[in-house]
Amino acid sequence: MTAAIAVTGLTKRFGGRAVVDSIDLSVEEGRIMGFLGPNGSGKTTTIRMLCGLLRVDAGEGTCLGLDIRRDAAAIKRQAGYMTQRFSLYEDMTVAENLDFAARVHGVPDRKARVAEAVERMGLAARRNQLAGHLSGGWKQRLALAASILHKPRLLLLDEPTAGVDPQARRDFWDRIHGFAAEGMTVLVSTHYMDEAERCHAIAYIAYGRLLAHGTVEEVVAGSGLAAAAVRGGGPGLIERVKALPAVETATAFGAVIHVAGGGGAALAADLSAFCAAEGVDWEPEEPTLEDAFIHLMAGSRDNMAEGAA
Amino acid sequence: MNRCFSCARLFAMISKEFVQIRRDPPTFGMMVGIPLIQLLLFGFAINSDPKHLPTAVRDADAGPVGRAVIAAMQASQYFRVSLIPDGEAAVEDAFAHGDAQFVVTVPADFSRRVLRGEHPALLVEADATDPAATANALSALDRLAAAAAARELAGPFAGLKQGEAPFEMRVHRRYNPEGETTFNIVPGLMGVVLTMTMVIMTCLAVTRERERGTMETLLAMPLSPFEVMLGKILPYVAIGYLQVVFIMAAAKLIFAVPMMGSLTLLSAVTVVFISANLAVGYTFSTVAANQLQAVQMGFFFFLPSIMLSGFMFPFRGMPEWAQVIGEALPLTHFLRIVRGILLKGSGWEAIAPDLAAIAAFLFVAGFIAVRRYRMTLD
Ligand SMILES: Nc1ncnc2c1ncn2[C@@H]1O[C@H](COP(=O)(O)OP(=O)(O)O)[C@@H](O)[C@H]1O
Ligand SMILES: [Mg+2]
Repeated sequence: MTAAIAVTGLTKRFGGRAVVDSIDLSVEEGRIMGFLGPNGSGKTTTIRMLCGLLRVDAGEGTCLGLDIRRDAAAIKRQAGYMTQRFSLYEDMTVAENLDFAARVHGVPDRKARVAEAVERMGLAARRNQLAGHLSGGWKQRLALAASILHKPRLLLLDEPTAGVDPQARRDFWDRIHGFAAEGMTVLVSTHYMDEAERCHAIAYIAYGRLLAHGTVEEVVAGSGLAAAAVRGGGPGLIERVKALPAVETATAFGAVIHVAGGGGAALAADLSAFCAAEGVDWEPEEPTLEDAFIHLMAGSRDNMAEGAA
Repeated sequence: MNRCFSCARLFAMISKEFVQIRRDPPTFGMMVGIPLIQLLLFGFAINSDPKHLPTAVRDADAGPVGRAVIAAMQASQYFRVSLIPDGEAAVEDAFAHGDAQFVVTVPADFSRRVLRGEHPALLVEADATDPAATANALSALDRLAAAAAARELAGPFAGLKQGEAPFEMRVHRRYNPEGETTFNIVPGLMGVVLTMTMVIMTCLAVTRERERGTMETLLAMPLSPFEVMLGKILPYVAIGYLQVVFIMAAAKLIFAVPMMGSLTLLSAVTVVFISANLAVGYTFSTVAANQLQAVQMGFFFFLPSIMLSGFMFPFRGMPEWAQVIGEALPLTHFLRIVRGILLKGSGWEAIAPDLAAIAAFLFVAGFIAVRRYRMTLD
């Protein structure tokens, strides 16, 4: 399989600060890559460099086999980009926005393709509404429609489902899988764990550094975490669980406390002693992707603090 | 499909701009409103017929014909006559302090020489800084002085009325020797309106995209800077041209401005001039950080244009440094061309140097704009 995105050492500085710091990223063709990380970690900046919207300060690589530094114009012709913030023309209608995008891309048989996109995205009833008057979910559909009109080989989606209701999110992801099945490569940034789990692979960045890269299983396994569920017990139990040395996070899900922490036998040992004393039950669980991310975040924050000290 | 330029992409940009212009009624109103308001303000201000203009009279003759002329001036609504003592110093004083718009000198022996049929001169000095103010009064003076003299010459000297006028009116315009007339203003107004609306319109072009966040979409599309610039400029060429047609129709129908030269030639020049202004506005919009700054830059360009181009003040009356600045402004050259074509019937050769200056300006501004347009967000 060939790589649709292959970059190494990608770096962007704003005012001397490395906002994206030497990131290596590769996405195979026809795959969906989830791009995760806390706010301000550099996801948008990375995506913008990939499609030629920001100059690359260091590093190199290719998108669709084209050099990201030299061939930005050619990449733009073959990539679709959906921005984090809605950035189509709010004073133009749905149909006018799509028509503009189709014309700029020189889409053959334009009228039919626009009509098809309107139909496919369920925008038919709103085709003559001003884009600025659409609600969030419809804006997102319109933006997606505009970014795939020219049948791009690479689709870059920047937090496409932020603020969208669960049903619309599910529809959206079904569509994205449809595109991938047609051979499109998708890089999608998100904050939602359930969305991350629908990706073929994920990349996690924090403070501009790539902390993990691979399938969900690989990332979870790579974190070296163990997890457990603690059941029963009264109020204040969660605080006492958190105080255990091997426990990194403890989260209440109704009556069950999900605990993640030090791998190997450390967590099991701590919990056995603790639960016996408290008179509650516990059992081992699979660590989740969220556990892994929180662990990675905490680790990188410590690294940053050490670096600063 | 060509990499750097494609007509399809350009037309996509142009039709997008037209849709947006249509959806923005205040802007559209401004394009129609500004020419209309300016035309009415300037047009009728100049057409108004100022009366009771302060007039100083030196009567060195004190004879019947001179007195008859003075009495007739007083009786007409145009002049408010006051007598001043003889002597140059008094005249200079009256003009310098703005006490007099006109100084009329009746020379010694005027009446006697009229009666002798010697056609003496009645000297009229006019402060012509505002030619519009003096033009009507001067032509009225011509008529009423002749009539007054004719009445005075009735009876025994009736024979003198035959043939030529009994005396000569020698008009001397001060401060504005060209004696520019009202006709100068309406054609000039065309240039002013175009400078104002075109620069302001396009200086918003790129900043608006940036401020609304749509720049990101635009940049992610395969559009070259040249296509973006042309796409943003060409719709306004059409709109500017409509403004011109509108002003020209008003000039002809309401203000009866003569149109001596070729309107085709004028149209061609106008398109170049409109483009030059659009290019300036577009350049501002690539430099400015936000829309407010862009509009401020627009005004910064507009003010010298209106002050130093010869629209406000006669160009030759300006100090050297102001003339140098004026020469660098497209409006200066456009005013010369319009006045030349409309009033003097100038042809292609006569306007070529000024047209070349505007074209050079267009080229430089366009070059800077394309260079300044950044293909990335940083
Ligand atoms: N144009 C810019 N100038 C200066 N700083 C910027 C610019 N764009 C982004 N940043 C900074 O870079 C960091 C990463 O931003 P971004 O890539 O938007 O993160 P994310 O998309 O992961 O939330 C943030 O701290 C942000 O403030
Ligand atoms: Mg972002």
